[in-house]
Amino acid sequence: MSGTYLGMPSFPTAAAASTRDMRLRGNLRHATHTIRAKREQAVAELGDWQELRAAGAALKERTLRHLDHYLEQLEDAVTAAGGHVHWAQDAAEANRIVTDLVLRTGESEVVKVKSMATQEIGLNDALARAGISAHETDLAELIVQLGDDLPSHILVPAIHRNRDEIRDIFRSKMGDRGRAAPKNLSDDPRELAEAARLHLREKFLNAKVGVSGANFMVAETGTLVVVESEGNGRMCLTLPETLISVVGIEKVVPTWQDLEVFLQTLPRSSTAERMNPYTSTWTGTTDEDGPSDFHLVLLDNGRTDALADTVGRQALRCIRCSACLNVCPVYERAGGHAYGSAYPGPIGAILTPQLRGVGSELDASLPYASSLCGACYEVCPVAIDIPEVLVHLRERVVEGGTVSVRGRRTTVKPAKGHAAERAAMRAARWTFEHPRALRAGMRMASHARRLTPRRLPLPGAGRAWSDSRDLPRPAPESFRDWWRRTRGPDAGSADSGKAEVRERGERRDGGAR
Amino acid sequence: MSSRDIVLGRIRRALTDVPREETPENSPVPRDYWDTHARRSDAQRLDLLAENLADYRALVHRCPPSGLPALIAELLAARGARSVVAPPGIPADWLPDEIERVADDPSMPPRELDALDSVLTGCAVAVAETGTIVLDAGADQGRRRISLVPDHHICVVRAPEQIVDSVPQALARLDPSRPQTWISGPSATSDIELDRVEGVHGPRTLEVVLVSAADEG
Amino acid sequence: MRVALFITCINDALYPGTGQAVVTLLERLGVEVGFPEEQSCCGQPQFNTGYRSEAAPLARRYADVFRDYDHIVVPSGSCAAMVRDNHPRIDAEAAAGTAARTYELTEFLVDVLGVTDVGAYYPHTVTYHPTCHGLRMLGLGDRPRRLLEAVKGLRLVELEGAEECCGFGGTFAVKNADVSAAMGADKARHIEETDAEAVCTVDNSCLMHIGGTLARRGAAARPVHIAEILAATEEAPS
Repeated sequence: MSGTYLGMPSFPTAAAASTRDMRLRGNLRHATHTIRAKREQAVAELGDWQELRAAGAALKERTLRHLDHYLEQLEDAVTAAGGHVHWAQDAAEANRIVTDLVLRTGESEVVKVKSMATQEIGLNDALARAGISAHETDLAELIVQLGDDLPSHILVPAIHRNRDEIRDIFRSKMGDRGRAAPKNLSDDPRELAEAARLHLREKFLNAKVGVSGANFMVAETGTLVVVESEGNGRMCLTLPETLISVVGIEKVVPTWQDLEVFLQTLPRSSTAERMNPYTSTWTGTTDEDGPSDFHLVLLDNGRTDALADTVGRQALRCIRCSACLNVCPVYERAGGHAYGSAYPGPIGAILTPQLRGVGSELDASLPYASSLCGACYEVCPVAIDIPEVLVHLRERVVEGGTVSVRGRRTTVKPAKGHAAERAAMRAARWTFEHPRALRAGMRMASHARRLTPRRLPLPGAGRAWSDSRDLPRPAPESFRDWWRRTRGPDAGSADSGKAEVRERGERRDGGAR
Repeated sequence: MSSRDIVLGRIRRALTDVPREETPENSPVPRDYWDTHARRSDAQRLDLLAENLADYRALVHRCPPSGLPALIAELLAARGARSVVAPPGIPADWLPDEIERVADDPSMPPRELDALDSVLTGCAVAVAETGTIVLDAGADQGRRRISLVPDHHICVVRAPEQIVDSVPQALARLDPSRPQTWISGPSATSDIELDRVEGVHGPRTLEVVLVSAADEG
Repeated sequence: MRVALFITCINDALYPGTGQAVVTLLERLGVEVGFPEEQSCCGQPQFNTGYRSEAAPLARRYADVFRDYDHIVVPSGSCAAMVRDNHPRIDAEAAAGTAARTYELTEFLVDVLGVTDVGAYYPHTVTYHPTCHGLRMLGLGDRPRRLLEAVKGLRLVELEGAEECCGFGGTFAVKNADVSAAMGADKARHIEETDAEAVCTVDNSCLMHIGGTLARRGAAARPVHIAEILAATEEAPS
């Protein structure tokens, strides 16, 4: 599993394997449960959390509704402060811009701050093809890179690895890319962090080119903001001579003041801290302080298509805190790789199908990778109604419709493979519109109830259910028949209903044995 | 057509639902969140800052202005530090004579900076509610890298004037055109099993000295 | 006050006892309940699977059938949430008359009737699983618990990870059967750990999944809808 998410199977297929990987399940359960309780506590400290959440959502809405205005303002401000702004329509163009900029410096190595945008566009592979080594410097990204693995979480890309696995990766792989780990390295997180510190210090002190993303870009001032914990971000942002930041166009916020909302909600939602250890802000270049050459690459890569969808647009509010992943029961069991994208979890399930479309089997399966329990919406610091967007994207999958593809309005057909389901949904709807038929259908089912097995051997929905759960049995008499018999026009005595209630305990399917 | 024009064109086509007459300002943003989460006296604010700094493993010291040089000398001696990088705004009498004071020199290679024992800076503002100190490259703070590469950072905060309650109050005081570093405790990571470990690439020891005339006498 | 029961299709066909319990309970509390026989399904399975166009006629039908009632009582958190939250999204005009007047059973008891002690008797140990739509979409809060705590003889025991989804999720249960089963297994394990005789919810669809999982594991705990507990009395135990 190296470098790419291309050609990965649909979510249910990938999850069928990952849910059986007990070590993975244990790692994810431990990590997500640890952070859940802490987040709740960090959020509870702020009495105005709901107001901050509403303001954050509204600020992002304002930005998105006037995105052209803010991007032009940002471009002017960055340029005025000595930076250079580039625009990339898609991943290929962004990769080309960054590669050319690095080649122009004459360097063949870059140090990288953890960045979702560069993960999304596959920058490291593109640089490698041009003979440039990109060194990931975030601890978790380093673990992923050394392990020839893929990230599985937005904040903690190596969340699927426990300390034993990390120790093994460091021991066996660190030497291939620079200073090796000590032979007697233990699995103590402190020792693991120390090994990473020594390994990466070599890179930082020699680095001439840094590559980053950004959490926020302030339109008014041209200021970029990177929020981090380890200090690797500060190293990459200040020691090199050239800094290249690749940032999605939706990361802009209108004013410097607006950061007062996000710098309160982001740390508490992501690492459950009052404030993350380090936040760096820079505006263009500063004489003799930090990089003398600064390039900002503004990335579209499907974002304008999401913007064109008035329901799906809200996904672009995302500040990548990963709170939705940490509370998601589906993510906890399936793991991040099953989502086949740099963006796993609930946010990934609504972002990926909008950025990439729903043309592939994997992308069409993502909107269904949720029980719609709503835990993600509840914790989202910018109030993205993820269940609403999931259902909306399911509609796109099964019913098709008009969508934007690379900026053009296009009509997409319903996805293949839903014909039987569509027919069943249509038949159900028809029956529900004809209560007489509904009553007849229920009576038939009641008569056949003794024939209904607890398990179904044939493939299909029934088996998918009954592999792990007993099938429910139709009741001997439907409610509507009971009502008609006891209260309706053909009611006999009023007593007959009461007797039925008493019998209920035995009739319930699934529990009584 | 340039990619710039193409992307901006896509954005405009995507936003056909936004009424032409709508300006950014009349897309409403409710700002009824709080400017501070409690009303505090200067002393309470100072105490809260100390508490929150310590909660994230910064070592916190308090002294009156007159006691500062002695305290700094003591902190450096405790670590056996011999060389300290200090920006020009740090008064000469803050550092003991036996310590080699190294200037914040932009031509110094990072490796030499890495060989220094400590860094001594002031700050632009400190945030009590989050336990944060903010450096903005002012004369007593220097270039961003000096507070990053050495493994030991002593930061002096002047109370009460440099301490604010909250993040909104801090942002209002700061100039976005200056490069800033917001620091909340020593460097840390949650990357191993989402459990916090202090001490990665930034200074592993952060000592914050809270200087207050109220502590005089 | 004209009160209608919206039975929901799952209760109608698979769990009529729950509907009978609602009728018994409401009549005991002096409420006359109507059951318009033209009712069918709220359209939730269609809507949540993406078939909005198939859900739309059902949403309009609901609005039509229940138009003349002051209160519509639904013994299902997810169906009540479908009506209240999604019918207006499908057809705001049609839903204007009925969405806001639709109540999940425990809401109706606590908010409209103003009762928490419904005079029930249920001498069993029970654990309560707050279903997702009840908890997060309807915001039922502690209403079901308050009702259960007032039941004579009932001992309520805490469920670990109570607020985590059981893994049902409608068609999710079959489309993502492995994840659904893994979630169901964890929920069932937590229920077994309580040693409760019964697990109670406000929704039979979740209970169908939880109960089916418990049965397959050979667990002793039985699934029971809250209406059936609240309807039980010393004279007519469940």
